Formats: sequence, structure tokens, C-alpha cells
Amino acid sequence: MNAFRLLLAGALAITLAAPVAAAEKDIIVNGSTTVLPVMQKVSEAFMAANPGVHISLSGGGSGNGIKALNDGLCTIAMSSREMKAKEKEQGKAKGIVPVRFTIAKDALVPVVHPSNTVKDLSVQQLRDIFTGKITNWKEVGGKDEAIVVISRDSSSGTFETWAELIMNKEKVMPAALLQASNGAVTQAVGKNKKAIGYIGFGYLNDALKPLTVEGKAATAAAAKDGTWPIARDLYLFTNGQPTGMVKTLIDFTLDQQKGQKFVEQVGYIPLSK
Amino acid sequence: MLQERASEKYTRWLLLLVACSSLLTLGGIVLFLFMEGLPIFNSISITDFLLGSLWYPTDEPPLFGIFPLITASLAVTVLASALAVPLGVMTALYLAEIAPSAVRRVVKPFIELLAALPSVVIGFVGMVLIAPLMQDWLVAASGLNILNAALMLAFMSVPTICSVAEDALRAVPHSLREASLALGATRWETLAQVVVPAALSGIGTAIMLGMSRAIGETMVVLMVAGGAAISPTSLLDPVRPMPASIAAEMAEAPFRDVHYHALFATGIVLFLLTLTFNVIAQRIAEKHQTSSSAC
Repeated sequence: MNAFRLLLAGALAITLAAPVAAAEKDIIVNGSTTVLPVMQKVSEAFMAANPGVHISLSGGGSGNGIKALNDGLCTIAMSSREMKAKEKEQGKAKGIVPVRFTIAKDALVPVVHPSNTVKDLSVQQLRDIFTGKITNWKEVGGKDEAIVVISRDSSSGTFETWAELIMNKEKVMPAALLQASNGAVTQAVGKNKKAIGYIGFGYLNDALKPLTVEGKAATAAAAKDGTWPIARDLYLFTNGQPTGMVKTLIDFTLDQQKGQKFVEQVGYIPLSK
Repeated sequence: MLQERASEKYTRWLLLLVACSSLLTLGGIVLFLFMEGLPIFNSISITDFLLGSLWYPTDEPPLFGIFPLITASLAVTVLASALAVPLGVMTALYLAEIAPSAVRRVVKPFIELLAALPSVVIGFVGMVLIAPLMQDWLVAASGLNILNAALMLAFMSVPTICSVAEDALRAVPHSLREASLALGATRWETLAQVVVPAALSGIGTAIMLGMSRAIGETMVVLMVAGGAAISPTSLLDPVRPMPASIAAEMAEAPFRDVHYHALFATGIVLFLLTLTFNVIAQRIAEKHQTSSSAC
């Protein structure tokens, strides 16, 4: 019984002491779910390389992250969009000076089955297909076949990007098949002659045919120079120029040999060398 | 002497604690489920939640109507049962009553092996193998649909239904069979009119357990049901059963956000459904016990 009590006391002591010890080197990262997978890999590698540093990571959306930065609740905000004027004002009122770091480019490409004869769609056509206004491939110059629309789960960052850059506030139709990952979309489109979906650049393979959009081909170069219409920058924001461990973390993320490797693994386009 | 008695006492308390642990765990989970799920009803009424037909959890403003998800769960479960019940029960009948013991010894382990297949493997088969076949043969718009999900779920429930039903058939006393045969009934008549009615409640339990297995299954429906949040109008429509929706969205739902609460509330609905199935199974089993002891 004594031994049991000792054990209990010990366990209690550990649980109480742990957060206190960690708090000294806590880096809190909050924000966009699009950026989240990159930062997940980055922080795992960073914590492994720097024992004693603890990074606590949470999603919740770009708006959430920026709000947390303005309220002093996080060290780094992840965002898939620029700060809005209103958010900058709110931060200014609280003495926050946001500094922006571009860490990657997220570019999506609409894909169809290789046997599909359609080659190019405009942004408007893509939107109409995903809202359900266009339901047959012949309406966009293809065969007389129904269109099977494959989208991503609405809480994924990929969906968020698609919704922002293509859907323009309109809803993806309820009958669209929502898949849980880029891999599942690849499977579903690659096995279905009538399907259309969208994936990150990094997931393109021979089983899929990428469409050109507004006559432009999906290349990394086009995404980088801004001519590809379905691409956006991914950012980290800090309050003032980062110092100490936070600076080391940001440098780590921007490093071609370190963080940028993870950017590529997750399926985004790394910064140009 | 006193020392020994004390240790005995502690052992007894320890064992009681162990025995209660599963009860405590269940209680804790249910409590947690309700605590995290009920706050959704601060932002939406119960009827709008249960009967709303649009599920757009991340839109501005979000829409949390889970009616399509409920109908999806029921549709795949009912269809899966329609496929699995005859298959499972008839296999049980064959194994318990007709098969020579040599056949039984070979077939039974394979059925049990089917239960050991990880659901992700079954889901993979549905996604890669069955879905393209459905598109080619049934001219389905997409092979990821109710029928595919139901087929895969049926695969998973057959072993449960079969082994529970077989146990029930074996529990029918031999005296009943002998009496029936002695009265001049044929083997078929004995089976159809004596053995099966006597084991009916056990078979009922088997069916209910199989159904609750199907309704709660997550991985298979996530992979092959299609994921479209619509109330189905055809067997070849893609659907989004509740477990698939929870699994797909939970990881990205912000902690304690309305979306997070909505997913937990969906979990409550799912829990109540499986609970109903299990209670019915339990009831049938109790009835079964009393009736067989009366024999």
C-alpha cells in the first residue's frame, strides 16, 4: 500500500511538473490547416534536433491564427492568406508588429481520367461543374457522359484553397463525392472515366490527366510566377523580427535542405533556390 | 495472520477495481461524448440538427444538418444486413446441422478468418477492385456508393452473424430433434419447424449484433461509400454515413468549435443507434435463455 501511495504521488508530481518545465521553451504555433501539415513535419524534426524545445501546434484556420497572434496567445501564426487591413489595425492597437515569412506555394490542379477528351476548362466552367450547374461532359466539349464531381472534405486545407480560388463563395454541390485525402482523390479519379477532381501539384501521376486552366498548363514555374490561377502563398507571421529559438525555427523552415524538403513531401511547391 | 487478512482484503478491492474498470471507462466515454456534443444545441435546434438536409460544416455561416448522414448510415446498414443475414444464417444452419464434421472443420476456420481481416483491407478491396467493376458492369456513375459499402460491410458482418447463430443452433437440445424425428418428421421438417424456431431468439441476437457491427464500422464506409452528404435515392448513389463524416472531419475541426461539437453530437446519435441495436440483441438473448432453460 505504501508503495502504491508512493507511486501515485510520483505520478502526480510528474504530471504537475512537466508543463512547468516545458513552458520555458514553448513555441506556440496556431492557424491555417493548409500550412499545418508542413509545420507538423517541421516541428517534429526541429524538436528532435533541439531537445528541450517544445512546439505546440494547432490548426483552426488562418483567421484563428492571426487572432491568436494579435492576442499574444501564439508565437507564430500560420496563414494561407495575407493579413486583412482590419486584422493589422487590431494588432496595431495591441502593439503587435506582424512580420511575414513566405514558406511555400500551394498550387492545385484539376484532374480527370486519362481517357477524357476534355483538355482545358475556364475557372468559370470549373466553378459551374462543382456547383452542379454543368452536369454533362458534352457541355464543355467532351463526350456525352455525366460528370462525377470529386471534392475534398470541407475541413481540409486543400478544399479551403479550392473554395477560395475557384468557388468564389458558392457551395460545392451536396452530391459531390468528398474524399479524405489527396491519395483518395487520385484513386477515385484514376479509376473513373467520368470523374473530375483536384489535387496538390505534388500528387500528379500517370494515372491522372491534369487539365489546363484558361489555356495555362500546370507547371511549378507557372505557379511560382503567378500565372497559374489556382495557387497561393503560404505564410508564417511573427510579432516583430523573431529572435532566439523562434528565429532558428523559421530559418529551419526556410532552409532548402530542411524545412523546404518537408514542403515538397507534403505536396506544396518549395521556395525557389 | 493479520497481515495475511489485510492483503486478502486489498486483493479483493483490487479485483473489484479491475472488474469495474470497463464500466468506469464506458461511463467516462459516454459522459465525455455528451459533454462535448451537447453544446452544439446552443447554436442550433435539435430538429434543425437531426432533420436539416445540408451539411456544410465549414461554410460561413455553417450548416449542420445531419439528416443525409443518418439516412446514409441506415441505408448501408439495412442493405448490408439484407445481404449478410441470409448468408450468415444459412451458413450457420449448414455448419450446425448438415455439414459433415470434416467439412465443418475446414470451413469454420475460414469464416473466422474473415472476421480477422482488418477493415482497412476490406475497404481497399472495395475501393480498388469492386468500385471499377461497378462502373463497368452496373454503369454506376461512381463505384464508390451504397451498394459497394453494403457489400463490404456484409463481408464483415457475416462471420459475427454466422458464429452467434451457429452457437444458438447448437444449443438446441438434442432431445427436441430426436422427438421430432421419432414422430416421423423428415430431416428438413425437423430443421425448418423445430430447430430453427427453437433457436430463433439466438438467431435474432446474431442479426442485431451483425447490424450494430455494420452501423458503427468506420474505415470501410470512409473508403468506399463515396462521401457525398445527400439522402440517397438509388442503390448506386454515393453517401456519407455518420462514422465516415466524423473520422474525416474530426482531425481538422478546431478544438471546441461548433464544428467540433457538431461531430460529437453526431457521435451521440450514432451511439444511441448502436445502443438500441445492442439492447434489442440483449433482450432477445435473455428471452432465449429463459426459453431454453424451460425445455
